[in-house]
Amino acid sequence: MEWLSLKQWSPYLVGIGIGLLSCVAFLLSDKPIGCSTAFSRTSGMIERLFRGAKVQEKAYYKKFAPSVDWEWMLVVGIFIGAFISARLSGDLRAEWVPAKWSAAFGDSAFLRWGVSVIGGIVMGIGARWAGGCTSGHGISGTLQLAVSSWLAVICFFIGGIATALFLFRVL
Amino acid sequence: MLKALHAKQDVQLIIGLMVGVLFGFLLQKGGVTKYDVIMGQLLLTDFTVAKVMLTAIVTGKIGVHLLKSLGKAELHPKPGSFGSTVIGGLLFGIGFGILGYCPGTMAGAVGQGSLDALFGGIVGLLIGVGLFSELYPVLEKRILNKGDFGDLTFPRWFKVNHWVLIIPLAAGIIALLIWIET
Repeated sequence: MEWLSLKQWSPYLVGIGIGLLSCVAFLLSDKPIGCSTAFSRTSGMIERLFRGAKVQEKAYYKKFAPSVDWEWMLVVGIFIGAFISARLSGDLRAEWVPAKWSAAFGDSAFLRWGVSVIGGIVMGIGARWAGGCTSGHGISGTLQLAVSSWLAVICFFIGGIATALFLFRVL
Repeated sequence: MLKALHAKQDVQLIIGLMVGVLFGFLLQKGGVTKYDVIMGQLLLTDFTVAKVMLTAIVTGKIGVHLLKSLGKAELHPKPGSFGSTVIGGLLFGIGFGILGYCPGTMAGAVGQGSLDALFGGIVGLLIGVGLFSELYPVLEKRILNKGDFGDLTFPRWFKVNHWVLIIPLAAGIIALLIWIET
């Protein structure tokens, strides 16, 4: 079982695995793999803690009720699966500032934290605006040959590449 | 279709969790839960993300359409419009470029110990989707339905059998991957 403790597998093997997993999700659960609505539901649950049941009356939470569902469990599973993988390969370590970031912008954890929050906010708005993320549109939608998903994933990478080049090459 | 299984809600939650565990395991083994790998892709210096995604798309596309042909699966293409898909997609991309994780890989990044994902990205993402739920009524009225094209798929758009598109597209993606490798 040495392969389970390898740090990295071939990206093609991983891609085939994810493709097969998508088939399993369609077969067993009638669901495309997707991640971003789980965050909407969680945000609704947190909002409900502060504002009570009237949160459920918000138009958006009528579409995506603030409760645990299949996709929510999927996201919890991703956390567990990545933890197991990293634990088995010795890749598990608490890290504030990734190497590529510190090479370009220094090793201030505070700066990296602040920028991550801002990036997360913009990405969260964009994910729900576009109705999906890199998994829901990027993999599950494209494999269904959905026009919306191919258009979305092209826009994800245009925005992402332009922003990354600006941050790393211009600033 | 395994309709009886699909209707069992508690079993479905466990299947969701198990699919997630395998997905997270694969993402971490592929290296795509790492900021350095994702930013390498966006800076066009490391094509690991593209290799994983494109291989997954080819495999899944063939597999899911086979299941559909066998009557074992139904498609659920997402609806879209220029107002939602293009503007939202570009916004997502900008956030993706700033943060260096996407929602799914971020859950995996937290699992491998990335604290910028846990305390930065996740917090930001939850604020972002919360802000969107506030903006939603106005956006829905003004922007999200502009240039609506519904849940259109390419086979329906071009009025051809899906295999007529899947086979050349799969061949094209494989050619592209071979080109990236050489």
